[in-house]
Amino acid sequence: MWARALWNPSGGCAAIVVALLTGCMSAQGSEWSGYAAVEGRHFFEDAADPRQHGDNLSFSFEPEYVHEWQDGRQVLTFVPFARLDGHDSARTHFDIRELTWEKAAQTWELRLGIRKLFWGVTESRHLVDIINQTDLVEDPDGEDKLGQPMINLALIREWGTMDLYLMPWFRERTFPGVEGRLRPALPVAVDEARYESGARDHHLDWAVRWSRSAGVWDMGLSYFDGTARAPRLLPEQVGGEVRLVPYYDQLQQVGLDIQATLDAWLWKLEAVSRHDSAGRSSAFTGGFEYTFYGVVGDGDLGVLMEYSFDDRGDAFAVMDNDVFVGARFTLNDAQSSELLAGVIMDMGGDGRLVNIEASRRLGDAWKLSLEARFFVAIPDAKPLTGLRHDDYLQIELARYF
Amino acid sequence: MKKIILIGLIAPLALPALETAAGTAEEKGLAIAKEFDRRDTGFGDYRADMVMTLRNKKGDESMRHLRIRIKEVKGDGDKSMSVFDRPRDIKGTAMLTWSHALKPDDQWLYLPSLKRVKRIASRNKSGPFMGSEFAYEDLASQEVEKYTYKYLRDGTLDGQDCFVIERVPAYEYSGYKREEVWFDKKEYRPLKIVYYDRKGALLKTETFSGYHQYLGRYWRADRIEMVNHQTGKSTTLDWKDYRFRNGLTDRDFDKNTLKRAH
Repeated sequence: MWARALWNPSGGCAAIVVALLTGCMSAQGSEWSGYAAVEGRHFFEDAADPRQHGDNLSFSFEPEYVHEWQDGRQVLTFVPFARLDGHDSARTHFDIRELTWEKAAQTWELRLGIRKLFWGVTESRHLVDIINQTDLVEDPDGEDKLGQPMINLALIREWGTMDLYLMPWFRERTFPGVEGRLRPALPVAVDEARYESGARDHHLDWAVRWSRSAGVWDMGLSYFDGTARAPRLLPEQVGGEVRLVPYYDQLQQVGLDIQATLDAWLWKLEAVSRHDSAGRSSAFTGGFEYTFYGVVGDGDLGVLMEYSFDDRGDAFAVMDNDVFVGARFTLNDAQSSELLAGVIMDMGGDGRLVNIEASRRLGDAWKLSLEARFFVAIPDAKPLTGLRHDDYLQIELARYF
Repeated sequence: MKKIILIGLIAPLALPALETAAGTAEEKGLAIAKEFDRRDTGFGDYRADMVMTLRNKKGDESMRHLRIRIKEVKGDGDKSMSVFDRPRDIKGTAMLTWSHALKPDDQWLYLPSLKRVKRIASRNKSGPFMGSEFAYEDLASQEVEKYTYKYLRDGTLDGQDCFVIERVPAYEYSGYKREEVWFDKKEYRPLKIVYYDRKGALLKTETFSGYHQYLGRYWRADRIEMVNHQTGKSTTLDWKDYRFRNGLTDRDFDKNTLKRAH
């Protein structure tokens, strides 16, 4: 399965790029860095589907090459990523996270290639962040992203920054395989993916985003027209069993993100209005983070609360009428120790999602991360139903270079 | 050019006037602070590399490597961009600060693994910078209006004649009740700063050494050491490769440039 991952077109492309880059490695302003990590996951219960695995061991590797010249005004970045998973062949995968050339001038920047970027301000849900596809096999929280090929021109003016994006090639969402945990109750037939657009994954997507900082305000207004990153999952007969077939709509989405930074308060709002084949829908997430400074020694305690609404209801949206409450404890010590704990509660039902993340540097080059997730009282026939028996504890040890 | 000549003419007149100033201790303290500020005004911008060594009570060390760019802003605090090279797990993490004298700074943090720029709450200038004994306010630009001053006495430090002044932070959320600053009389360089916490107890001592002059005018220390008397921990900043007047503009201190940091 490892060989298969390296055989795909992007794998071949990576080999060429490595060969090219090694040529200019000795040039000034060039550097390799990155990490290799081993991850262990312990599941507290047996899987819902007997084909799904139990405890799991997994390895990942993400080197980064950066070449800068013209005093950093031109940058070439190459970040491949690979994971080798103990049990789930779908989680064993390779991706080019970044392969970008950037040029910066006084009033514009041009960024060309495969990139990762982020839009938005809230913590519990990322509504407006739509450019990169989610690499869902990595983590059920959806924070890991696949590299997106694009041309991005940023116009940098007095009135803010206007980013224009053209995206000629769509990336399909990854899903854990039949034997993988943390997947929907029915396996996802990723090879059967269907598209609303006849151009399938070669539809030319585009987006535009205006953003600006003014005083205490940081804001962004965006428009996206193209292939929806989140597919609808349609149960269908595939190879003798019912599986979920991803269906990628065409989507037009307006997004707004605002943060006000006032004293120790951060006030945040993200809102989207979208139109696809199912009609028009809207959603928002809003809330605050307040920091208590020096609660224990130099440690700061941040208290977070966010409310999420989605008018598509809880049959489609995980967070349709949900409150997130969390605490972030930052020790401000030499090891950069951090702890984030939170719970997302469904206001219209019983479902709760408990999330704990902690990390600490060991020595100079190692980092230990802990992640625990509990899916509590998740009702039937909801997007998270498949995760009911997948409470887990994850420990990752990474070596940075 | 004209400005530099003018300053050259004024300086010899200003100095003796200060030495014999007959005003109150407050007036004399303020005059010393203003003279320090006047001498450091006009540098434009500079870049430097910095190694930060954190030491705990047992003597265990950990290091951070940073690249720093600073641009002078007339009538306000300076703008700065700090990019981390080491430890490797935070490589590429960058911090953009538009500092202000009496209100919270505007501060953005770039997290390279998430590609995310976060505007962070910066009220707490007294918080530790990256786990070190330096608070954000210790590293910020020294604007005159950040403090009220009082001349205390003359003193000698390593054979150099000094003015010792007291300054009281005007910022509401400062971590200090007062500070004692030792300026050498010859060049008005800070040689030592003693910090007292909000209860008035001795907290930290900062010492500056290895001063070099740049552009024939601006003094910068190669080494700054901060010792925390309450915890026994200390942090040393080793600066190198100061480069002045790189022609940096506001564009080098915006969110787009922050995202390009590596």
